[in-house]
Parts: sequence; structure tokens; C-alpha cells
Amino acid sequence: MPSALPEGEPAPADGSLPASSLSGLGSRPFGIYVHVPFCATRCGYCDFNTYTPGELGSSASPESWLEGLRRELDLAASVLGTPVPASTVFVGGGTPSLLGAAGLTDVLDAIYQSFGLAPGAEVTTESNPESTSPEFFAGIRDAGYTRVSLGMQSAARHVLAVLDRKHTPGRPVDAAREARAAGFEHVNLDLIYGTPGERPSDLAASLDAVLEAGVDHVSAYALIVEDGTGLARRIRRGDLPMPDDDVLASSYEMVDSALSGAGFSWYEVSNWATSVEAQCRHNVLYWKGADWWGFGPGAHSHVGGVRFWNVKHPARYSSLLAEGHSPAAGREVLSEEDRRVERVLLELRLAEGLPLDVLDEAGREEAKRAVADGLLEPLDDRCVLTDRGRLLADAVVRRLLP
Amino acid sequence: MTTFADTTFTPPELIRNFCIIAHIDHGKSTLADRMLQITGVVEARAMRAQYLDRMDIERERGITIKAQNVRLPWQVDGQDHVLHMIDTPGHVDFTYEVSRALEACEGAVLLVDAAQGIEAQTLANLYLAMENELTIIPVLNKIDLPAADPDKYAKEIAHIIGCEPEEVLRVSAKTGLGVGELLDEVVKKVPAPVGEADSPARAMIFDSVYDTYRGVVTYIRVVDGKITPRERIKMMSTGATHEILEVGIVSPEPKPSRGLGVGEVGYLITGVKDVRQSKVGDTVTSEKKGASEPLAGYREPRPMVYSGLYPVDGSDYPELREALEKLQLNDAALTFEPETSAALGFGFRCGFLGLLHLEITRDRLEREYGLDLISTAPNVVYRVIMEDGTEHVVTNPSDWPEGKRAEVYEPVTKCTIIAPSDYIGAIMELCQAKRGQLGGMDYLSEDRVELRYTMPLGEIIFDFFDSLKSRTRGYASLDYEEAGEAEADLVKVDILLQGEAVDAFSAIVHKDHAYGYGTRMATKLRELIPRQQFEVPIQAAIGSRVIARETIRAIRKDVLAKCYGGDITRKRKLLEKQKEGKKRMKMVGRVEVPQEAFVAALSTEEPKGKK
Ligand SMILES: Nc1nc2c(ncn2[C@@H]2O[C@H](COP(=O)(O)OP(=O)(O)OP(=O)(O)O)[C@@H](O)[C@H]2O)c(=O)[nH]1
Ligand SMILES: C[S@@+](CC[C@H](N)C(=O)[O-])C[C@H]1O[C@@H](n2cnc3c(N)ncnc32)[C@H](O)[C@@H]1O
Ligand code: SF4
Ligand SMILES: [Mg+2]
Repeated sequence: MPSALPEGEPAPADGSLPASSLSGLGSRPFGIYVHVPFCATRCGYCDFNTYTPGELGSSASPESWLEGLRRELDLAASVLGTPVPASTVFVGGGTPSLLGAAGLTDVLDAIYQSFGLAPGAEVTTESNPESTSPEFFAGIRDAGYTRVSLGMQSAARHVLAVLDRKHTPGRPVDAAREARAAGFEHVNLDLIYGTPGERPSDLAASLDAVLEAGVDHVSAYALIVEDGTGLARRIRRGDLPMPDDDVLASSYEMVDSALSGAGFSWYEVSNWATSVEAQCRHNVLYWKGADWWGFGPGAHSHVGGVRFWNVKHPARYSSLLAEGHSPAAGREVLSEEDRRVERVLLELRLAEGLPLDVLDEAGREEAKRAVADGLLEPLDDRCVLTDRGRLLADAVVRRLLP
Repeated sequence: MTTFADTTFTPPELIRNFCIIAHIDHGKSTLADRMLQITGVVEARAMRAQYLDRMDIERERGITIKAQNVRLPWQVDGQDHVLHMIDTPGHVDFTYEVSRALEACEGAVLLVDAAQGIEAQTLANLYLAMENELTIIPVLNKIDLPAADPDKYAKEIAHIIGCEPEEVLRVSAKTGLGVGELLDEVVKKVPAPVGEADSPARAMIFDSVYDTYRGVVTYIRVVDGKITPRERIKMMSTGATHEILEVGIVSPEPKPSRGLGVGEVGYLITGVKDVRQSKVGDTVTSEKKGASEPLAGYREPRPMVYSGLYPVDGSDYPELREALEKLQLNDAALTFEPETSAALGFGFRCGFLGLLHLEITRDRLEREYGLDLISTAPNVVYRVIMEDGTEHVVTNPSDWPEGKRAEVYEPVTKCTIIAPSDYIGAIMELCQAKRGQLGGMDYLSEDRVELRYTMPLGEIIFDFFDSLKSRTRGYASLDYEEAGEAEADLVKVDILLQGEAVDAFSAIVHKDHAYGYGTRMATKLRELIPRQQFEVPIQAAIGSRVIARETIRAIRKDVLAKCYGGDITRKRKLLEKQKEGKKRMKMVGRVEVPQEAFVAALSTEEPKGKK
């Protein structure tokens, strides 16, 4: 089940934004996110805004979605005034690879037409290993994609089974190799650790497989038991145990040491890359408060201190746009303090750290105590999480804020 | 409908004043219902079960807390009589209500459940009535029950009060069977009140209740002379004078009357707003040509058990004070003093008659005044004499004097336990563990015994009654009364978090029980306090000597793995919620302790309502 949208104020039907949010637009990096709300089946742990063909019936299809996307691109271009070339594009999901190379080419073409890409733009697509092939990678490479992110999750068959993943254990590594062979320099593998039943040896095997694949980026996430998911129900019924925080902590340490030993460095709590160039610039843009427009059902945007989000259902999304309305469901205009709070909670997660001047007096005092507690490290005029601090980042954030 | 009882100044020889006394739940209030019905003062359609239990809390819990009096008409052999009946509470915490009622009566109906037999409070209340030289009318109730064994229990009663088993009446308060005969017996056996009609007025105040609409309503029993509306009266203890605005009778609603004469029971209203100006036990006389000798008063109820009450939300402190003041208007036994706890903030040290009184007071504060409260573990009053001769009276464990203590005294009780003889062994074992000293044992019948112990009150209020019930499968009953104090080897056990004592958890316990208390609290707190970013040692200590230790391991992970663009709003809102939650935490040094942990840690020895 997709999770609920946040509560906010209603968004204007014409999609317009407060003038204040538009000032300085283009002087900050501008990103484009495209949400592909389709999956072949739903994984039990996932609460993303995505739908199976059975759930959609005839109410929406990749075609109606693409039509809506084109309209939203036009709407955004006119709301923002002068079209801003995108420095990053991220086509995520759901399962973008279900669109095939042709569909993903259409998406990128539509973006070229309405916004254009900045020179050297990073263009990523997420893909599920089972719906990729050498031809697929060649096709999207031709279309202009520069980066591929593959949902590997685990190399252990029984873990993949608990996660309801359909690919075979070896497929993600093969897919990564195929992507590299097709000319992709930047390939990411997503891992999930802490799945009920995962043993340390399973995680070690997954890490070995990741390193063997020769990718330059890894995202590793502790399994989150999201409300309303099949996984949450199975745990509540007692069919599966709840992931244990101490086990998750040890798993994180295993991931971090395996990756750092192989030449990766963490640049965000759950992200590791082999070099600065290998980092996902699009995600960094989220974490640094830059501007982006999220297209597609349920996508979130941020422009100059205004966050807004689209209606979730693909049918409603397309029909609103067909009627000439904005698909936005709600928005919030951030106060100065909201923006400061967000900076603390996002930037503290980065290896670059949080500039101390973002904190108030009491926050800086608390930062000193957190340094004494071994959770933070001072670095010039910033503070950076220590190894132990990374695992307690949310607690540190609560301490640093009033 | 008017009856003989509606007009006052009834000749004393036609009046009978009696109360119904019994162990809790033996059916006093139900019997009172039947009396209200057959005397016709409450019509059938207005009737409801336990009519005289008027407070919400009484109705909800099905117990009587306040004694209630009613004036009833009753004819015997064609002669009209007036009966003043008082229904009393059975629970040990409210024994003082029974003593007051006894002062207003010449007779007592001793009611015994025919399926249970004599229980601890049956004896306690019987002895009180005998001390007051009341005529006792023994009655077995609930004879409609299949489990009733009236023959067996008639013998028990006869044995105790020294009458013939045949003299014990048998009724069913449920069906009304035998209730008419019982009232006839009251008229025949209970002596009429005697008093000097022409002497200066003397009336005993046996209850005083604050009513929002009418001010203080004072319940009196006239001994000599008469009390009439508009006259000026004097309270003999203080000399304060008031004008009577209204005099009346209760039947069962208040009815104004022309006045009250010798032997009559009723109420008066003077317009005072504070029950302390119209004190229970005081004597009312006329301002002019008043009496010179007051009637013998009562001993004021004294708190036996203390507990700190704290608002969960510190800003509710003024409301808590106001609510306590209001409750005190009707509850002379409730005391409170402001106190401060490092852990819990501002609150009050409150004195109660017992655990039920504590529980009920807390319940009323929460429900009637909308307060959210934490109450500390109940404790008794200690007297500590130091080597230098100074004396400390300790009502709060954190006031325990440091330094060289010469002697420590704790309150002790005389307690009576009645149970089937099969359980004698189990009871003795328990009482011994609780530092009880056997005073005597009697068989009430072949298979039921009465055990008498002297036991520290502090042990009784801990978890004694629960243990007793569980070891006797619910068959034992317990009564206790104060019996002075005794020296004891007591120590204060502190509970420390990260080396800092948490005052709310300190307790005074016997030296031999200190280890048990310390381990129990440390284990409980380890389970209740969430893990922190650092390791938190929990220690139990006597002075500087650590007697138990536990550790809350440091939390290792507190970070949400994922944070993509759409998560940011959600994450900020989650943070705001967590920050709100943090405001409800109490800081003990650097340790965040949730309110719930305090509540749970302190409430396992949850006082139990029914005895
Ligand atoms: N079967 C039966 N049940 C009765 C009889 N008299 C009372 N009861 C029940 O016994 C229970 C207690 O009755 P109460 O009248 O509240 O007892 P009480 O002595 O006033 O109790 P406290 O005021 O709390 O001491 C109730 O459930 C009554 O319905 C009786 O004669 N027969
Ligand atoms: C939402 S998916 C979309 C991409 C693609 N459909 C897939 O599953 O690989 C992006 C990544 O989020 C991670 N993810 C999704 N739900 C998660 C959860 N409940 N806990 C931890 N990670 C999760 C998975 O690693 C997944 O690869
Ligand atoms: S494939 Fe990815 S997006 Fe689809 S349900 Fe599974 S985890 Fe969610
Ligand atoms: Mg009653």
C-alpha cells in the first residue's frame, strides 16, 4: 500500500508558485525527478507510490502517464518562466525499466524539449535487474542516460524471497556488468540489510557480490518496516520477527567496513561512492536544499523554500492535467526556522558535515557535548558524524535542535 | 403522600436510631434499599439499587464510602414510630464513618452474608458498636443464595456475640424477605433515645458536607433541648455563632422542618462555606442560654498513608491545588502539603486513611478535575530520633535524616485475618515474612479461624492484601487498626540513575527487605527506561553502599536509513513529533525518563479497591 501524502495547505490549481520562491532560480542547481508509478508486482516491504497492472486496470497506462508527464513538463516550464536547463535528471520508481528502452527514451526526449539539459548533466534511471538486458542498457545509453541504479537488495535467495523480489540472486551482478559493458561509467547497486532471516554470512555474500560487480556506487538501507505494508502485517501476526536495532547496527558496521576496505567512502549515511564523481549528484541536490521539480504521480518538488507534491493515483494525475489543472495535491511554504531545521536534519547526514553557523547558540553548545560523547567530530567550521554518530544521526539531530 | 415521619418533634419514646454495620459487600446498602421501599419513602418507580450510594464513584465501584442517614416511618402493633437508619461503609479505610454513625444511634443491625459468614470487618465493626454500648441485632443476609448456610453462620454469630443461634434473624435484602420483621425487631429491641427536652440544646455533629448550592450541610443528632430555624446557634469548640437558615430531615431527600427535638436526627444549614467551621464531633447549642458542657466528641481521623501526587504536566500544579482544596471540603481525613521532587517537579505530599482512600482520591482528581497525575509509592509516617536527641517526623522518604540515628519508630497495627482453617499455614508464613507477631487465634466454627497479629502498617500497605488473597484463593478477609508505634530496623533505599538518586523512587524499608526492594526496582527500571545514547547504570543503595545494580545498554542505532526528496517533509514532521514527546520526558541528570516509566515503576503495588 502506498504511504499517505503529508498534510499541507492546498496548492493553487494553476500550479503557480509564490514569487519569492522563484527569485534566484537557475543560480542554484536545478534537478528533475520523474516518477514511474508502475511495478510488475508489489514487494512486501515497499510503501512507494507504485501500482501493479491488476491494481490499475484500465484506469491508467504507461501511455496515459506519458501524456500527463508531457503536460506537466509544459506546465512547469511556464510556471518557472524561463526554462531552466536541468543539471540532474533522475527517473525513479516504481520500476522505470518496465517502460523499456523506448519508453525511457520518450521520457528523456520530452525533458529535452521542455527544459533542456545543462552541459555534463547527470541522467540516472532506476531499474529492476529482472527487466534489464544488454539491449536495454545500449538503448538507454544511446538516449542519453549516464547512470544506472539497480535494485539488488541481497545476494541470498531466502532473503530475496522474504522481500518478495523476483530476480535470481546472480542477476543484479550480471546486470551491472552489462550496464558497464554498454558504456555506463556510473552504476549503483541498492542493498537492503536486516531482513528477517538474514545471517551475517548472507550479508557478507551480498557485499562480496557487490564488490565483484565492479560498480562505483552503493546505497545500503536498513530494512524499514513501513506501516500498512505486507511486511508490517506479517511481523504483527508474528510470522516474521521485527528487525533488531542492535543487529541492524552491526550490519551497518559490516557494510561500512567492507566498502571502505574496497575503496568506497561514505558521503551520506546510507550512500558510498568510489570518488566524488561517482556520487549521485541528484540525491546530493535533495540534501543540500537545491531546487527540483518532481514530475509524475505522488512526486515531491522543492522550489525556493516551497515544497509541493502531486496527487498519488496515476489516473487522477493524468485527468487533472488533461483538464488543464496542476496535479499538485498540497504544498507547504517553509518558514526560516523550517528551512534551518531541514538543513540540520539533511546536512548532518553528509560526510561533508553541517556548518556550525546553521546552529543556534544552544545547538552549538550541544554540538560540543556531542563531540565529547564521541558522536560528532569538528572539521573546520563544520561538524561531522563519527562512525558511531552515523548510527545515531537522528538522535544527534534532536539534540542539536531546540 | 405524607407520613408520620414527615413531622418532627416526635416524642422520643417513639423514635429508634440505628445503623447497619457489616463487612464490605455483605449487603448493607441493599438492605437499606428494601427499608426505603417497605416504609414507602421511595416509590417503586424511583427506586434504584443502592439508592443511598449517591456519589458517582460509589455507584461505579459498587461500594459505600460515605455513611447516609434516612428518617423512616414504621408501624408496630398499630403504633407509628420514627426510625433513623444510617447505612455505613464496610471498607476498613472508612471505619471512622462507622464510628461517627454509632455516636448517633442506640442500636446496630449487624449484617452477615449467609454464604460467607463472619469476616474481619464484621468483627471490627461489632467491637466498635459494643464499645459504644449499642444494642446489637444480629442478622444473616442473602439467605436466597444457593450457597447460603444460615445454620452454620448463625452459630458463628451466636458464639461471638453471646446469644442463641435462633435469635439471629434471617433476611434477603435482594427479595425483601424478612425485612419487615427486622424493622419490628428494631422497634422492640433498640432503646428509645433519652434526653432532657427542657434543658439547653445540645446536638452532636456527626457529618458535615459541602454542597455547591446550599453551602455546608451539617448533620446532627439532638441529645437535649431542640433546634429550630432562625435561631442563633453556637459551636461549642470554637464559640463561633451562626444563624440557622434551615433545619430539616432526610427521607431520603432533604425536607425542611419546624425543627428537631430530643433524639431526632436531621440537618441544619447556616450559610457557612467551609466544613471546618462546622466540625464533625463538635456540639451545637443555642447562642443564648446555651449548654455549658459539650457532648463527648470524636477522635479526628488521622492520615495513615502518605503519597506524593504530581501533575504529569507541570503547568497543572495550580489546578491540582484547587482540586485538592475542593475535595478537602468534604473529606476531613485528606491532608496535603506542597512538596518538590527533583524528578517529578512540583506536587503535594498527601495523607490518606488507607490505600482505597488514596486510590479513590486520585481517581476523583483525574476524572472530576481532568488532571493527569503521577503518585509516588505509598509510605507511612516514621519517627526518627537522632543520637543528639533531635526528633524527625518523616512523611516523605526523601526527608529521611542523614547522620547518626539512634532510634526509628514505625506505626504498627492490630490486624485480624479471618479465613478457612486450611490456610492457617500459608497465612502464618506470609505474616511472618511481613514481620507480623501472632497475638492469638480462635476458631469461629469448625473450619474457620480468626488470627490476630501485630504488624507494621508499612508492610500492610505494600502488597500484603494481594498476597493474602492469592495465598488463600480469595477466602481471607483482613481488618486492621492503628496500635501505636514500635521500634524497627529501617533503612532508606535510594535508586540511582547514572549515579544520581531519583527522589521519587526512594523508599523506607526494613533492613531485611532492602535487597529485595532494590533488585526489584532496578530490574523494573531497566525494562521501563528506553535505551539512551550512553550506558546508564541503575543502582540501589543504602547510603553509599550499593546493594543492587543493573545496566541499560547504550542504544546503537537511531537513524532512518532512507532520505530521498519525498521524505523530507515527512521527516521534519516526525522530528517535530519526537521533540514534543521529549518535552514529556523528565530529565534525571542526563537521562531522559518517560513519564510512563515513572507511572509504571511506582504503580506495580497498585492499591486494590475491594477487600
Ligand atoms: N443474592 C443476594 N445478593 C445480595 C443480597 N444483598 C446484597 N446483595 C448483593 O451483594 C452485593 C453487595 O451489596 P451492597 O448492598 O452494595 O453491599 P454493602 O454492604 O453496602 O457494601 P459496602 O457499602 O461496599 O460495604 C451487591 O451485588 C448486591 O446486589 C441478597 O440478599 N441476596
Ligand atoms: C523504492 S525502490 C525503487 C526502485 C526499484 N523499483 C527497486 O525496487 O529496486 C528504491 C530502493 O529503495 C529501497 N527501499 C524500498 N523500500 C524500502 C524499505 N522499506 N526499507 C529499506 N529500503 C527500502 C530499496 O533498496 C530499493 O532498491
Ligand atoms: S519493485 Fe521497487 S518500487 Fe516496485 S514494489 Fe518493489 S521495491 Fe517497490
Ligand atoms: Mg454499601
